[in-house]
Amino acid sequence: MAPSEGLLVRRIREGTVIDHIPAGRALAVLRILGITGREGLRVAVVMNVESRRLGRKDIVKVEGRHLSSEEVNRIALIAPSATINIVKDYRVIEKKRVKLPSVIEGIIACTNPTCITRKPGEPLRPRFKIVAERPLQLQCTYCSTIIDEKDVLEQLEEAGEERR
Amino acid sequence: MRPGRWRGRDVISILDFTRDDLEELFDVAARMKEMLQRGHVPRLLEGRIVALAFFEPSTRTRLSFETAAKRLGAQTLGFAGEEATSLAKGENLADTIRMLDGYADAIVIRHKYEGSALYAAEVAEKPVINAGDGKQHHPTQAMLDLYTVKELFGTIDGLVYGVLGDLRFGRAASSFILALTLYRPRKLYLISPPLLRARPEVRARLEEAGIDYEEVSKLDDVLGELDVLYVTRIQRERFPDPREYEKVRGSYRVTRELLEKCAKPELRVLHPLPRVDEIAANVDSSRYAAYFLQARNGVPVRMALLSLILGAEV
Ligand SMILES: Nc1ncnc2c1ncn2[C@@H]1O[C@H](COP(=O)(O)OP(=O)(O)O)[C@@H](O)[C@H]1O
Ligand SMILES: [Mg+2]
Ligand SMILES: [Zn+2]
Repeated sequence: MAPSEGLLVRRIREGTVIDHIPAGRALAVLRILGITGREGLRVAVVMNVESRRLGRKDIVKVEGRHLSSEEVNRIALIAPSATINIVKDYRVIEKKRVKLPSVIEGIIACTNPTCITRKPGEPLRPRFKIVAERPLQLQCTYCSTIIDEKDVLEQLEEAGEERR
Repeated sequence: MRPGRWRGRDVISILDFTRDDLEELFDVAARMKEMLQRGHVPRLLEGRIVALAFFEPSTRTRLSFETAAKRLGAQTLGFAGEEATSLAKGENLADTIRMLDGYADAIVIRHKYEGSALYAAEVAEKPVINAGDGKQHHPTQAMLDLYTVKELFGTIDGLVYGVLGDLRFGRAASSFILALTLYRPRKLYLISPPLLRARPEVRARLEEAGIDYEEVSKLDDVLGELDVLYVTRIQRERFPDPREYEKVRGSYRVTRELLEKCAKPELRVLHPLPRVDEIAANVDSSRYAAYFLQARNGVPVRMALLSLILGAEV
């Protein structure tokens, strides 16, 4: 375990460690995964620790939960540098990079107020096509509006505030 | 011609189609036009029902679809404007579409939300034709616009185009611009006040297609180069400051004097109509006016579209 955060959290026996998250985005990663803390999972959030690759980074450790590849890939929206470590018996048994899917469904709302996905009462999930990865650009499948990383982060932060 | 390339298809955006698709459509439209002129149209759609779901008020597009359907022997049902609101009684769009899907063979929809037509197409099994979704698409308008250009010039490629007016909120202008990306215009001028420039996704598409285009604010600067001038209305309500509107409106008015002074004799002026005062009445009788021809072409082009989609051979 890296010495910089080694003292901060106890090792987990079984679960997932999301490493190399850009500093300050750990909470947004939790929101993308739909983890609120109310699930009863043991979650450790480590923020702003030193990293050789990123200068500073965040880390999220979730005990007793494995992520589907869909969930893993959604993380790429806001943390393309993240690595996913699968931990079993206290040891990292698998490492994965996140990879943006070509389509994102749910999670992010369209910023265009007259997009059909914003019409109340319709059984419809927002859907975006990834048009560029860096810098991130998503295009609404329905109204063609293009949104960027800033829009995505703002929404995830607002979502957190609403929950509080 | 691959049979059935059109059959059963949804018509959501002009970008759903290729040049070849459109060529086929224009061939059929030309035959329809001829038959209309001869006064003899086969009842290709006898026994079919076309639903006209106009959630937003419309006269021209709706009547044009209705005429097209009826000329071919189809029947229409549907609603428009106010009626739509009372009919829905709080029902969501998905349920209204499902109902129409159960009654009709094709659904023509106009709705104020962008993406409503795609959504309707996802819900419906029958083909859905977008007759305008908010500010986004109006593909059948773009089809008849291109058809008119082709009729006038014998080609769509190689011409210099100017699209004038509200390029940001106007769906006819946006659709026409998108449609041109399927072709090779020599040059495309997007002429509008800075506030009403084409939307980012429309510009992105122009870039992607490698179209030589330029955004300009003044018509006078480019008028002399144009073969086609596509005029659209600038609405007062788009301007937060009415004085701003008063300042710009004059510079976008197309008059006969202006055309005679600056335009090439071959220039043709298009407009999706209705026009208010952005084209002076004295242009109507000039060589430049092509907008009435364009409006009339709406019927044969929509006849062609309905017959191809409903799989009725000409
Ligand atoms: N059992 C564990 N419990 C909690 N965190 C762990 C565990 N094992 C590894 N980690 C963390 O997972 C990340 C990847 O671990 P590792 O593969 O050992 O290091 P690195 O990828 O930095 O070479 C590091 O942040 C490390 O601290
Ligand atoms: Mg369908
Ligand atoms: Zn949208």
